[in-house]
Amino acid sequence: MAFLELNNIEVIYNDVILVLKGLSLQAEQGQIVALLGANGAGKTTTLKAISGLLKPDDGEVTDGNILFEGEPIHHLPAEEIVRRGIFQVMEGRRVFEHLTVEENLLAGAYTRRDRQNIRPDMERVYTYFPRLRERRHQTAGYLSGGEQQMLAIGRALMARPTLMLLDEPSLGLAPLLVKEIFDIIVRINREEGTTILLVEQNARLALNVANYGYIMENGRIVLEGTPDELKNNADVKEFYLGLTAVGERKSYRNVKHYKRRKRWLQ
Amino acid sequence: MDKFLQLTITGLSMGMIYALVALGFVVIYKSSDVINFAQGEMLMFGAYLTFAFVVQFGLPWTIGVLLTLITAAFLGVLAETFVLRPLIGEPIISMIMATIGLSSVLRAIINAVWGPVPRQFPGFIPTDVIQIGGAAIGLDRLIAIGVALIFLVAFTLFFRYTREGIAMRAIADDQQAALSMGISIKRVFAIAWGIAGISAAVAGIILANIVGVSGDIGILGLRVFPVVILGGLDSIPGAIIGGIIIGLLEFYTGGYIGEGLNLIVPFIVLIVVLMVRPYGLFGKEIIERV
Repeated sequence: MAFLELNNIEVIYNDVILVLKGLSLQAEQGQIVALLGANGAGKTTTLKAISGLLKPDDGEVTDGNILFEGEPIHHLPAEEIVRRGIFQVMEGRRVFEHLTVEENLLAGAYTRRDRQNIRPDMERVYTYFPRLRERRHQTAGYLSGGEQQMLAIGRALMARPTLMLLDEPSLGLAPLLVKEIFDIIVRINREEGTTILLVEQNARLALNVANYGYIMENGRIVLEGTPDELKNNADVKEFYLGLTAVGERKSYRNVKHYKRRKRWLQ
Repeated sequence: MDKFLQLTITGLSMGMIYALVALGFVVIYKSSDVINFAQGEMLMFGAYLTFAFVVQFGLPWTIGVLLTLITAAFLGVLAETFVLRPLIGEPIISMIMATIGLSSVLRAIINAVWGPVPRQFPGFIPTDVIQIGGAAIGLDRLIAIGVALIFLVAFTLFFRYTREGIAMRAIADDQQAALSMGISIKRVFAIAWGIAGISAAVAGIILANIVGVSGDIGILGLRVFPVVILGGLDSIPGAIIGGIIIGLLEFYTGGYIGEGLNLIVPFIVLIVVLMVRPYGLFGKEIIERV
């Protein structure tokens, strides 16, 4: 039994738009699992299906099941799923702009029953992100993009999740900051034992930190494997890593004017 | 000078009543974007409940007021659960229309139970007149200011520091993100309506003590619109300061310029504010990072 298991799930928006078409994936406890894919492949929908956030978007899981620690969770309301230990860090940071940094962290701890441990946990978040400590009383809306992403991850830590769903943490950040954020994601995984399901556009980055990877297209998983297997796959190289089949960086002077066919589509 | 002091105190007490009603209004708008047209009727209901508990059931006023606050909170939650919750996800205009319906229902219930004849409110708040520097000021006015101040401070502290208060402000900022931290939107909406019920009832009791219990006091619900527009629809400090400004303005114009004009002035302010600063004095600014 895997820690998290999605079996043939189907998600439909507005009763008509089929977005996930029988998607299956698994995550073992303590792993970092990467979920890669182009825009519109259904990555965010997959995360929202797990965390129960489809409802406000008028989406629903119509087939298949999602098992977390062996129990079905796809019909539970979002707040119950958070209580069971799953926390989604949404795309685009989504900090509460008019709240201070500290209030944002407290909002993350909303479902916690052990009130006396919240202060120590906040200190722990500050050791991961010292910059947040300096800005603890500032309004979150005025933080820089990188600091907001740190706050979004710190806010998730406050809920003490056992499974963290990260939706494009690198979005819109400078390369150095991206590296800093990813280092911390790995540290959180090691030190807290948090299982991480990571959605990324930046395939190279994600495969460097992950234990296992899935590639999705059009609402299905088309390829899966260890990061090494994926990195050596010719299609992945061509379409996700920007390398030619032999592994050299692609030169745009020699760009082919025909498209390589994706083998997995056959 | 004496006249000024007298007008200031009476204006302030009226302003505090406005502030309380406006607070309930803002809390609902802030968390759910709904404009509650039944706020005035909720205030009326509070006044009638106290009348019923103290005069009709003969309970001591302390217990009567306490029961009123509990019932008012319960009534607010009830209204949210049965009238507004089924409409979550529907256009906001349907919810606003539902609050207009709610106001009619409340008014009809009050009419059916207590009839249309104005009643004498139980005089448990002393109405002695005291002299402050030559101005004659009713003790009930001062008590009204004190009581309202206590409730306003308590509500402000609630929003700033408690778990539910932070959750309410989080929902006002980003509903879906709040949902992703396990904050229950239904629960927060229910709390918002409960708070609106309590603050309206407190205002109702204070007001009824001054002018008596009748169907007329519900009109205050509409006179609070200039207050919230001035302060900013989504600002709690704005509701308080807006209430005080409008209250003072009404009594100064009534006292110095002419009786009757005081009823118009708040709405002139409303129009000016909408033209110059449509989000109000303290309304939420859109944060833009540069």
